[in-house]
Amino acid sequence: MLDLLQRILGRETSRASKNVATERLRLVLMHDRMDLTPQMMDSLRSDILKVITDYLEIDEANMEIAFHRDKGSIALVASIPVVKMKRLPTCI
Amino acid sequence: MGEVLVVTSGKGGVGKTTTTANLGTALAMMGFRVILMDTDIGLRNLDVVMGLENRIVYDLVDVTSGRCRLKQALIRDRRFESLSLLPAAQTKDKTAVNPEQMKVLCEELRQDVDYVLVDCPAGIEQGFKNATAGASQALVVTTPEVAAVRDADRIIGLLQADTEMRHPKLILNRYRPQMVKRGDMLDVEDVKEHLAIELLGIVPEDESIIISTNKGEPAVLNVNSRAGEAYRNISRRIVGEEVPLMDIEDAGAFMNRIRRLLGLRTG
Repeated sequence: MLDLLQRILGRETSRASKNVATERLRLVLMHDRMDLTPQMMDSLRSDILKVITDYLEIDEANMEIAFHRDKGSIALVASIPVVKMKRLPTCI
Repeated sequence: MGEVLVVTSGKGGVGKTTTTANLGTALAMMGFRVILMDTDIGLRNLDVVMGLENRIVYDLVDVTSGRCRLKQALIRDRRFESLSLLPAAQTKDKTAVNPEQMKVLCEELRQDVDYVLVDCPAGIEQGFKNATAGASQALVVTTPEVAAVRDADRIIGLLQADTEMRHPKLILNRYRPQMVKRGDMLDVEDVKEHLAIELLGIVPEDESIIISTNKGEPAVLNVNSRAGEAYRNISRRIVGEEVPLMDIEDAGAFMNRIRRLLGLRTG
């Protein structure tokens, strides 16, 4: 019944190409507006990695870095699973 | 003293020239004095869309380089006495004109008319700088496709950063309500949300545009053309009238409202 209603109302299924277009547009505009190329994203990622691995051992494969955009603001959100803490020389 | 409007888009093939021709003709139909200027040097098209290609003697570059007077280069439209065209040059040299010269030219053009519509070439280089140099308002044309909206976004960014035109207005062209309805085309709300500028109007995809281009008669002259009707509405909005969006124009937004009411809209 809901299915029929949705069809009558022309609701987009997840496969509808419009949804794909919207998502691609969102991403492409975000990159354009921030002037960050995919290469720059990669280099940002590897730079962050470089700093962190001095202190922690992390699970690189499951590390996630992405820009999250809310209304009018953008946040860089990183999820970096920690595998092990390194033993750091203690300060005196 | 008239207003200079530039019709621009970034991407090619979205309907800048068609829009310029139709809005100019519609404004002339309403009794306004209008000059259309084609700034696509080397690839002029506005003359053909207007059906005036056989009457060109002088062009824009002839005027800016002083080979003729402005009045000699203007071609008066046969259908409307208050409508004229300044054609682009077909020279290969795109640098034949610079933004300073365009400013001077636009200033001269707007002395004796109500509206100067500038047809901008695709791209963001010299031609874009020339076309926007003398304008005080920009109409950004886009279609409901990722590439076109993306380029429109770039253009809006450039207009706001490099010119005085902080509030360009949007024309959504070649809209297909049926495709929107079945979820295969970006809808009005999507495009508006991404570009975040005022929507001036929506023009439906319409075969009559091709037929009118074949004949060199802008679609606004055809009372049965839906695209023509949309362009007539847009030109009324340009002169400050309040004209509600057409039914077909409103289809996407209407469906969205219903969906939202029923809680069916995700995101």
